[in-house]
Amino acid sequence: MTKQEKRQKNRETRALMMRFLKGSKGLFCVSMLSAALAALADMLSPQIIRAAIDNAIGGKEAEFPAWVMRYVDQLGGFAYLGEHLWIMALAVVIVAAVKVSCQYIFRVSNTAASETLVKTMRDTAFSHIEHLPFSWHMKNRTGDIIQRCTSDIDTMKNFVSEQLTNVFRILVMLVLSLIFMFSMDMPLTLIAFIPMPVIIGYSLHFHTKFRQGFLDCDENEGKLSTMAQENLTGVRVVRAFGRERFEKDKFEAQNEYYTGLWEKLGRIMSRFWSTSDMLSGTQILLVVVFGAVFCIRGRMQAGEYVAFISYNSMLMWPIRMLGRMIAEMSKAGVSIERIKYIMDSPEEQDPPDAITPEIRGDIVFDHVSFAYENCPPMLRDVSFSMKAGQTLGILGGTGSGKSTMMYLLDKLYPLEEGKGTITVGGVDIRKIRTDWLRRHIGIVLQEPFLFSRTISENIAIACDGTDMTSIKAAAAAACLDETVESFAKGYDTFVGERGVTLSGGQKQRAAIARTLTSNTPIMIFDDSLSAVDTETDAKIRARLEERFGTASIILISHRITTLAKADKILVLEDGRVVEQGTHDELKRAGGIYQSIYEIQSGTAKEARV
Amino acid sequence: MNKASENKSSLKFFGIGKMLPFLKKYRGMMAMMVLFGICGSAIDIGTPLLQRYALNHFVGLGTLDTIVPFILIYVGVILFTGVTNYFSALYSLWMEVRLDRDLRNAAFEHLQTLSFSYFNQNSVGYIHARIMSDTSRIGMLFSWTIIDSVWQGAYVIGAIVAMLIVNAKLALLVLAILPLLVVLFSIFQKKLVHINREIREINSKITGNFNEGITGAKTVKTLVIEDRIEHDFKSETDNMLRRSVRAARLRGVFAATMNFASSLALAIVLWRGGFIARSEVGTFSMFMSYAQGMMEPIRWLVDAVFDFVTTQVNIERLTKLLETKPDVNDSAEVVAIYGDSFEPKKENWESLKGDVEFRDVSFKYPDGDEYILEHFDLKIPFGTNVAIVGETGAGKSTLANLVCRFYEPTAGSVLIDGRDARERSQLWLHSAIGYVLQTPHLFSGTVRENLLYAKPDATDEEIERALKLVSADEVVARLEKGLETDVGEGGDMLSTGEKQLISFARAILADPRILVLDEATASVDTITEQKIQRAIDTIIRGRTSIVIAHRLSTVRDADIILVVKDGRIIEQGRHDELLAAHGHYYRLYTRQYEDEATSAFLSKKA
Repeated sequence: MTKQEKRQKNRETRALMMRFLKGSKGLFCVSMLSAALAALADMLSPQIIRAAIDNAIGGKEAEFPAWVMRYVDQLGGFAYLGEHLWIMALAVVIVAAVKVSCQYIFRVSNTAASETLVKTMRDTAFSHIEHLPFSWHMKNRTGDIIQRCTSDIDTMKNFVSEQLTNVFRILVMLVLSLIFMFSMDMPLTLIAFIPMPVIIGYSLHFHTKFRQGFLDCDENEGKLSTMAQENLTGVRVVRAFGRERFEKDKFEAQNEYYTGLWEKLGRIMSRFWSTSDMLSGTQILLVVVFGAVFCIRGRMQAGEYVAFISYNSMLMWPIRMLGRMIAEMSKAGVSIERIKYIMDSPEEQDPPDAITPEIRGDIVFDHVSFAYENCPPMLRDVSFSMKAGQTLGILGGTGSGKSTMMYLLDKLYPLEEGKGTITVGGVDIRKIRTDWLRRHIGIVLQEPFLFSRTISENIAIACDGTDMTSIKAAAAAACLDETVESFAKGYDTFVGERGVTLSGGQKQRAAIARTLTSNTPIMIFDDSLSAVDTETDAKIRARLEERFGTASIILISHRITTLAKADKILVLEDGRVVEQGTHDELKRAGGIYQSIYEIQSGTAKEARV
Repeated sequence: MNKASENKSSLKFFGIGKMLPFLKKYRGMMAMMVLFGICGSAIDIGTPLLQRYALNHFVGLGTLDTIVPFILIYVGVILFTGVTNYFSALYSLWMEVRLDRDLRNAAFEHLQTLSFSYFNQNSVGYIHARIMSDTSRIGMLFSWTIIDSVWQGAYVIGAIVAMLIVNAKLALLVLAILPLLVVLFSIFQKKLVHINREIREINSKITGNFNEGITGAKTVKTLVIEDRIEHDFKSETDNMLRRSVRAARLRGVFAATMNFASSLALAIVLWRGGFIARSEVGTFSMFMSYAQGMMEPIRWLVDAVFDFVTTQVNIERLTKLLETKPDVNDSAEVVAIYGDSFEPKKENWESLKGDVEFRDVSFKYPDGDEYILEHFDLKIPFGTNVAIVGETGAGKSTLANLVCRFYEPTAGSVLIDGRDARERSQLWLHSAIGYVLQTPHLFSGTVRENLLYAKPDATDEEIERALKLVSADEVVARLEKGLETDVGEGGDMLSTGEKQLISFARAILADPRILVLDEATASVDTITEQKIQRAIDTIIRGRTSIVIAHRLSTVRDADIILVVKDGRIIEQGRHDELLAAHGHYYRLYTRQYEDEATSAFLSKKA
């Protein structure tokens, strides 16, 4: 990668980050500001204690800046305050009130900012994914995309809301305490700060060096978890082969190994913790001893000494955290790249002059050819037409291109220029706005997908404001009514994830009801009764036939009974239309249709027994 | 499982009693943990004393006479800190991971003995969470929560005692804040637990929505409901934002209260104890340290109490799993002769011939109330092929479950070689029965490991032969590393058809006398379909087989066909008899025949 490309890439990454930060930038600023204020307030209270010890109680000469002394004089001077310590105590309480208010604002604004950021990231990613072309979805694995949308987004959030803000907070504290400590005694400040790089460096070193150890643990926990999962899903296989003992030994071995990794890591971690404790203890010892020496030499007063120790101990934890924070920051870079991959994929797009004509007229395929990416041709020079309100039947084997034809009609895959045209009502569908076209075409897919909502919500999902009567009517037309009514909660039954609580046939019927509710002028049934039993199949067919003539219907099936009443039937073979005509014409045409007709009608029945 | 009953607790003392058997082993370690915790706490209490000495003696008196011993003692304390902190951390961590391990092992082992009814009533996700997450919550409780309580508790007590000794009146004033604080913390904590649970639930819902939006992309597009789905997604993320901010407010107030309380304690010390500084600055500063430093440990203690309360649910759920008794049990006499599932006594095992008989069997599933079989009689002599046919969801697997003794008859008995199946151990039966699933299940690992699952001591020749018999050798030949190829989690690196063939080879390798086979309906390409068909013909030959059948060829040649509808056997006989009867079988068969012939015809043309 050249320098220029790298710079370009960085610019893009920053642009994406800024896009995500829209709406939360202000909140982040508020949170940073309040963090700084809280740190400042935190630094004030040791000064009050110092003044109380040295000046108010100790009666020593005060060394505060003039503006501070003016306030003190207004309150009656240190001598008066020494007699009335409640005033100083009140000052402590007031400063504390300011501090905790700032901390509160920091916490709330920081959460609001980071959650807004997460929300923006999730919403943007989700919306983008929904608008990505279908071919993109076929190319990318679900699990991988979900991981990018969940854990990578979380990593980004932690980076901004925890690592960045914390590092900022710690730096502010460092600078402020450095100022306060310097103002009291410079050499002691130097003594206090010299060991700090060692402490930070040690923590940074540890967290970088043993990152692999933690990753190993995670990975082996994953393995153990998978092992348990596989044992549970494969419980029948385990029992049937009588391998309980084997499974137990296998699990115990992995469990032991995983535990061993943690034990080993535990030793390293404990050593790190205790060493850090000793390092910071030594640093405190240095400050305590040198402070005492400086006091005796008269460089410092007792109150200053106490304040100094307070500042020093305030810094201890943040300093120890800093190393870890820095070590963990590198994760975020990988995550943003992974999210960027999704965001960089182009969305489905219509030409700017896309139109919204009435979708009613004839459907014409004119010399249509199509191949999926890196695959042999799926459709070869397909031409046919169907009149508005007619019913078209399509017969063909697996891989003959039936479904592909429908995907093209619905613009799930774009038809390349020069590979023929598909027109609806005389308009090339390339010119029609995609959502407009799809809204007028109802498809029942081969493998229907139901959403994890109630059955009635599923049926009415594509048309807002459908009343219960229409839902029930659609369910009845799809022969789903009796099934639904047998459920305890009826139409309010919740369909489990991917519709697990319904059988294949029930799902197909729910999908049919869903399409019927939309009442689109074009309806496509792509082999949608394959999992339904014979009797129900016949019933649904009869109810569909009542709708013939009101909408253009396309039926894909390899059952003659389903196709027979269509106005026109196409027989597809290897991406080509090899026969077309009505049932009566085709059943005597001596082609594929006739053979299948004979297989499925009584003619051939006796032969097979 | 309903939530209300899960949250209601029935165990005493947070369910700790139930965990005692697991903890017993670690008595020594826990004692060390507590000991080092107290030591660590003692150092925390002692450090302000050292600083007090430095202030009072060096600064107050202006002398450095004892500086060398002071430094030595201080260094000693630092080293001691290192040692105690090392061991308390190490023992806590070891305690945690070891207890985790033991609990996981116990849960896993017990699950290997539980009956199928348990697996049917509880989802894999639910059981998995018991093995993995409940155990880890419990592990945390008995390590970190305990050491925290000991450490912080000791610190609070030590600090109170020290303050009382130095100045009882001032100490009591500071302590007056505590009860108020404890009450406040408890209220906050309760709310926090609640809101945190809500946030977790919303979060998993959002992940679910992502999943749905991605797997359902095609449907979303065809229905043009992108906007609607997005809108619903946003309302969920809005909800998440609102809840999170509310939780942050709560946590903010919580933290603010704590920080304010410690400043309040400081103010009290300054106001009422400022005079001490006149004589002893060190004592004054020490008092400040204790008064301020006590608040954080108090919060930890409240946290710990809540950990005990919330983890109780985990203990309950895990205990419930461990105490679940299997429905199918080998009697003590049987175990005495044949051994149990983990320690078989193979020397006492008779070989299995392969006769199966249902004698007056009535059956209903433990969680159902309708009888599926009533007074059912059927003799299946060795070598008989039984086919069970019916539509999806008609209840075809019941007989297979009974033969495998995954369930036992409610009344009557299943006889294996003329003897009641219950007279011999489950493992004995399972070792002699082959079982091939509708959805083939492979374990992660190599192809070889999966094959050896059936017969751990199989030779390479045996493996070759088994693969060849079901034409799975071609599958293996195509794989890059042959038998050593990793099949991925659940065998997902292979196609469904390939998995099927491998699972056939696995069954053949075991060479069972009785074979139960659940044919797949999954669509595979024609060539694979033919291979599978041939493979099935091969593996059922020469065995007693019970096939849940979807393929005509398997059904047609069966010796006995059982036709199942709505969970009951409605027809029984040979193919031609049933066809002639023009009943349910006739209809099923006709449709199936037409479908198969049509696909065969269409694919032949292509």
